[in-house]
Amino acid sequence: MPLSLLLSLSMALLVVGLHAISAARRTGRSQQTYGISLVICVILLGMALVHLLSAAAPATLILPLGLPWLGAHFRLDALSAFFLMVVNLGGAVASLFALGYGQHEPAPGRVLPFYPAFLAGMNLVLLADDAFTFLFAWEFMSLSSWALVMAHHRESANTRAGYLYLVMACFGTLALLLAFGLLAGPQGGYDFATIRTAEMTPGLAALALILVLMGTGSKAGLVPLHVWLPLAHPAAPSHVSALMSGVMTKVAVYGFIRIVFDLLGEPVAWWWGGLVLGLGGITAVLGVLYALMQHDLKRLLAYHTVENIGIIFIGLGLALAFQGNQMYASAALALTAALFHVLNHSLFKSLLFLGTGAVLAATGERDMERLGGLIHPMPWTALAFLIGAAAISALPPLNGFASEWLTFQAILLTPELPQWLLKFLAPAVGALLALSAALAAACFVKAFGITFLGRPRSPAAAQACETDRYSLTALFTLATLCLLAGILPGLVVDGLSPAVSLLNGGARLPVQQSQPWLTLVPVVDVKSTYNGLLVLLFMALSGILAAVLIHRFASHGVRRSPAWDCGFPDVNPAAQYTAGSFAQPIRRVFGSVVFQAREQVTMPPPGDGRAARFEVKMRDPVWDYGYAPITAAVIAISNRFNHLQYLTIRRYLSLVFGALVLLLLGMALWR
Amino acid sequence: MHGLEFDIAHLLAGGMVVISLLLLYQDRLYALLKVFALHSLTLALAVGWQAHIQEAHHLYVTAGIALVFKAIVIPIALYRIVRQLGIHRTLEVVGGVGRDMLAGAALVALAILVMLPVTAGTDAVAREDLAFALAVVLLGLLLMVNRHNAVSLVIGFMSLENGLVLAAAGARGMPLAVEISVAFSVLIALIVIGIFLFRIRERFDSVDMQAMDAFRGGRRR
Repeated sequence: MPLSLLLSLSMALLVVGLHAISAARRTGRSQQTYGISLVICVILLGMALVHLLSAAAPATLILPLGLPWLGAHFRLDALSAFFLMVVNLGGAVASLFALGYGQHEPAPGRVLPFYPAFLAGMNLVLLADDAFTFLFAWEFMSLSSWALVMAHHRESANTRAGYLYLVMACFGTLALLLAFGLLAGPQGGYDFATIRTAEMTPGLAALALILVLMGTGSKAGLVPLHVWLPLAHPAAPSHVSALMSGVMTKVAVYGFIRIVFDLLGEPVAWWWGGLVLGLGGITAVLGVLYALMQHDLKRLLAYHTVENIGIIFIGLGLALAFQGNQMYASAALALTAALFHVLNHSLFKSLLFLGTGAVLAATGERDMERLGGLIHPMPWTALAFLIGAAAISALPPLNGFASEWLTFQAILLTPELPQWLLKFLAPAVGALLALSAALAAACFVKAFGITFLGRPRSPAAAQACETDRYSLTALFTLATLCLLAGILPGLVVDGLSPAVSLLNGGARLPVQQSQPWLTLVPVVDVKSTYNGLLVLLFMALSGILAAVLIHRFASHGVRRSPAWDCGFPDVNPAAQYTAGSFAQPIRRVFGSVVFQAREQVTMPPPGDGRAARFEVKMRDPVWDYGYAPITAAVIAISNRFNHLQYLTIRRYLSLVFGALVLLLLGMALWR
Repeated sequence: MHGLEFDIAHLLAGGMVVISLLLLYQDRLYALLKVFALHSLTLALAVGWQAHIQEAHHLYVTAGIALVFKAIVIPIALYRIVRQLGIHRTLEVVGGVGRDMLAGAALVALAILVMLPVTAGTDAVAREDLAFALAVVLLGLLLMVNRHNAVSLVIGFMSLENGLVLAAAGARGMPLAVEISVAFSVLIALIVIGIFLFRIRERFDSVDMQAMDAFRGGRRR
């Protein structure tokens, strides 16, 4: 019984968390917790892979826990196996990284107990097969990650982030609760098997879709529900940030897929796809624009999570649109692209967050303006970070390119859709996707260039040294996986096919393993194909050829001469490009519209010794026009009702009495 | 169901509503206490009669509890409290008999309007009982809203609770354990309230709620 073993391993993680409460009191025991977590995650990962690749039949299990008339239902099918793989891969690598990184943790007692519990919560969400268990595990995951966000609670920014996270998590769970209420119907059939067979009217199903979009979107970081994410993810310790950004957002995507594709089932109205598609496109572009304006490395990465969630939702929206028109072959392509990007994003985002963690541990800095030149003291970290940056920028032959290319292939199939609105919307979203990919590349040129190249901008950066072996192993595991998934996308696509056909009425992409030269052929009768292996070979060959030619024909003599210095021979590190100056052109083009960015230069008058000042003012449109009015309204209403707190006992009694009589009157008149 | 049995149950439950109305305009505390004792006595009779016609013997215990505690112990205790506090000569300004009676009659009508359609399926005794019980509860609340004196509030609360017991007796199947625990909670409420009355008196030299409002600190607006 693999399912019961999976469950007991998840429980074992909880036990590890409990044990860590006592272990954390003694120094040097963090390795034990992370080591056991690593072992359990690797076992879970192996079992999920076996289940996915062997295309085994779904296994179910009912435990007498939870609601007495319902029990706790669990189920392992291809979809949950795929996400289990993503979660436990991320968990295993983060645990491996934390074997070294956890030594730097100032307050291990606040991190160690919640870390395995967080992993267990995510695993349980994926295995849950009834609404109660699902929501319980979902809340468990939210609360344990909240505790991790609050690990360094003495920094005021972290408490604010934690508060915002808690509010948004409650909002999301409320939306999901209502959605499950709609799905279960008046009979209250809360187990997923009943929900699957239940019939829903189109209106109710649409309402459920919107609620699910709000519930899972707030956890995944869909614009405009993303506001908590860039604050909360960086606040946690770096290996937890990697888990939250790389893995927990994927659990939210899983929730969306499970409910919308599996539980709601047919029929889908065509506009559902349009809605999800549009939201995905906006999320992708806004996420990367926000990221470009950031100078805090971890926050930049968190905004890129928002962008990548947008890309995933573009794929899901396309799949919904195709399914709504019974175009299952095309839907299979879009779904495969989305799931592939889920895997890829978990790989490279974990890699980048862990790399940032290594930088943070070496220098104590997250602000790019105080880093620089780290490639010299930390060459291996820099290499791994560079691979992750190239992957997230969708450069071939890495994995980000493969999945984004598949998404584009799906967009190229949209002219076959009958609805004119979708025919116009999909290319527009395609343009947004292309724009966000280009901006992401610019953003990671900035992130890598400012952090690792140039000269150190602070003493901390100058004195950095290479990170430990555990961390490097974790980084290079992920970097290797990024490369492998990029050059062998056909194998991944085949591995995904059981999950895709489960969600797509049995339709899947053509088998890729039989293609010559491991070429990726998404649609049978289409012209475009992609071969990551050939791209890699070409790049390697041309690179070697270029190197040989240069070394053969160029002069061997070493020449040293003054660098081109713009007329300032006394070069100090402050004269380098900064993160802000690098992003300035993009800020001028996009930021002045989206963020109302205003630049102001204050020059001191002649003779005044003060330094000139350059100020940039930006506004967050989502916060200013979306959240600030809501907050103001809540405060205004509570101020209005504040005096209710100071009434006399007779007034309170009168209120109760009046309310009772009013309700009874309503009841009497209603009948 | 014999006609006579139904009539007597109806009479006793209706009697409780009438006594609740009586409570509304008693402006002396002793009179209020005596009427309350009568209220509880009627409750005991009503519950006892229900025990007889339903042949539910545990209801006799409920009736006994109502008789001993509510008709004897609590009124006597409150009587002594009033005497010790020296407020037995206090006249409470009641809003006006006519106005109170009109409001009370409206509440009784409301209770009947609400309850009779809801309980259409059950037998006649339970329906009447529930309607009357809701009326007693509403009248008890009205009493609490109308009065300034803390002792009157307590009596309003107790009469409200009588209405709940009446409802419980009418609806078959209320377990004895619940009855007893409710009865004891009321008794404990009495003790707590008694202690509080003296404490309030010590602090404020009065048990008039209006006098206490003047002392409320930190009140905004």
